Amino acid sequence: MRQPTLIVRPGLRIGLVVAALIVVGAAVLVLLRPHAPTQTQTQTTVAAPVAANAATQYLNRGEYLARAGDCIACHTTPNGRQFAGGRAMATPFGNLYVPNITPDDETGIGQWTADEFYTMLHTGVSRSGALMYPAMPFASYTKVTREDSDAIYAYLMSVPPVKQQNRPHELRFPFNKRELLVGWRALYFKEGVYVPDPGKSAQWNRGAYLVEGLGHCAMCHTAINALGGSSESKAFEGGMIPNQNWYAPSLTSNREAGLGHWSEKDIADLLQVGVANRGTVYGPMAEVVYNSLQYLSDEDVAAMAVYLKTLPQADAEPPPTSQARMVSPNVMELGRRVYIAECAMCHGTEGKGQPPQFPPLAANQSITMSSPVNPIRMVLNGGYPPGTKKNPRPYGMPPFAHILNDEMVAAVVTYIRVAWENSGTPITPAKVSELRKLLPE
Amino acid sequence: MAVGLFPALAGAQGDAVPAFKTLDSIEARVQGCVTCHGQSGQGTSNGYFPRIAGKPAGYLYNQLIAFRDGTREYPPMNYLVAYLPDAYLREMADHFAKQRPPFEAKDAAPADAAMLDRGKAIATVGDPRQGIPACVACHGARMTGMQPGIPGLVGLRAAYITAQLTRWRVGNRHAAEPDCMKRIVTRLSESDIAAVAAWLARQDAPADLSPDSSNLVRMPLACGSQR
Repeated sequence: MRQPTLIVRPGLRIGLVVAALIVVGAAVLVLLRPHAPTQTQTQTTVAAPVAANAATQYLNRGEYLARAGDCIACHTTPNGRQFAGGRAMATPFGNLYVPNITPDDETGIGQWTADEFYTMLHTGVSRSGALMYPAMPFASYTKVTREDSDAIYAYLMSVPPVKQQNRPHELRFPFNKRELLVGWRALYFKEGVYVPDPGKSAQWNRGAYLVEGLGHCAMCHTAINALGGSSESKAFEGGMIPNQNWYAPSLTSNREAGLGHWSEKDIADLLQVGVANRGTVYGPMAEVVYNSLQYLSDEDVAAMAVYLKTLPQADAEPPPTSQARMVSPNVMELGRRVYIAECAMCHGTEGKGQPPQFPPLAANQSITMSSPVNPIRMVLNGGYPPGTKKNPRPYGMPPFAHILNDEMVAAVVTYIRVAWENSGTPITPAKVSELRKLLPE
Repeated sequence: MAVGLFPALAGAQGDAVPAFKTLDSIEARVQGCVTCHGQSGQGTSNGYFPRIAGKPAGYLYNQLIAFRDGTREYPPMNYLVAYLPDAYLREMADHFAKQRPPFEAKDAAPADAAMLDRGKAIATVGDPRQGIPACVACHGARMTGMQPGIPGLVGLRAAYITAQLTRWRVGNRHAAEPDCMKRIVTRLSESDIAAVAAWLARQDAPADLSPDSSNLVRMPLACGSQR
């Protein structure tokens, strides 16, 4: 089933044989791809009892990899033509408008070669020679292999071309000067294909390749500084997502989204299904699961889980004890009463939830982590996890913004952060008031 | 002080509190809707959140799709349904279309007699000189809507109706082309909108809450959502 990935024109029989030999001999390639994504391939080739031909398999693989890279999330407007771009991406520096990557000759990438596509992905330099803004995650995509880049390229060339002019960016001075990107790149960009760690298993390396490369998880889970850069030393340590006002938790701390204490099954479920026994994805991560991760094969998701589980360091100090003592009895009582009236039906009087349908709140890191933004937003705006292939009818949480005032929201979020031995800290009504002003997204 | 706020919370909500009998059920799955639309879609005491119970399933489905895809803008709804697949939105629409809960207390916002007369005229006979068809011509004699895509108007509050008609007028709300409501609202003045909203919000619920079937009458304007 493994596709000879180096062939450019799969129709040539000699090319096939040669490429197959190369693949057999290419230990690195095998290390990177211990499990071909067979499941999705067979799912996309509907009702074909005979094996898909090589060209079909190759395009399927490109589509699969484009899914893994979540290209569609940015390059398609809601309800718009696939990959035609035009979506406004709000950044702290002004609006970027995502380009058309359909194979239209005039307005898309129809005239690009596979070499130019790889150069763009690998170095962040466009066909025109322009340096790309790092909203395009080339700092992650640089880790993608040439073979994978070629497959994605072939897939993008196969989708319907859409004639739609790119809209110019609206960046404030001085950020509209692309020359500045030279400095940004010197500080924050390190070019290079993923190099497998020979000390780790093939599965771990496959997971690392997906997480660090196409998955571009660092784009959100590493703090973005004032220059829009994320430094390698802070990799996966979490941070606020600019302009979305959700907190992307640290993947390296077991006090946040660090998965060191999770089972591999729960990690894989969270990524691929959207709900797990330990927690549920909402907000920007729901988008990632909906558009990308739900389509990955069980093998690839398992590999990502294996890798993610190894990211957190062992906790240096014992977890803090409950801060319940710090909360005034009045606030605690108000929080408890709101909880019993509004929350206990689904999350249980002891905060155990009804996993995976309704997530537990007791011992849930996303409730107790130092940033209280996400639990406050959930209480204000509610949320539905993504509907996925393995969970097409998710359970949802209603908004409470119109029912609970700032004191009540602060009290109930404080309550769930400190009750049941949870180790979170109290929050203030002022923090609720600040988040209440934001539109849900 | 803070604790003193709580009794107000317990008293005001009634059916808007999350509750269900069976975990593996559509009732449990739509708990995300209940604090605004009520357990059975009857609406809540907050005037802006509409009754959705008993509206034609096709209409509700169209709205859910429009909220998901951003063609109807209301950020709290756009956010909630952003990542839900068609089949599930259809199931939610079917669920609320089947509900027949009793009506909430009627809207009693102040309105003078002349205003209510104008509202009644627009709703029941229209204004032929202005090219405004009667609401009942499409929304049904009982104003419970028409299958598959035209919503009922009874049980909605004036604030909600006014907001929707105004959104249509300024181009924030659309229906499938040809957008018949768009043609109508361009002929309505602001005072017409206030009048028809005030009158509609004061009507009693009919005994039969079901929408009309789609082939009962021929409509005065072509509507894309009826295709």
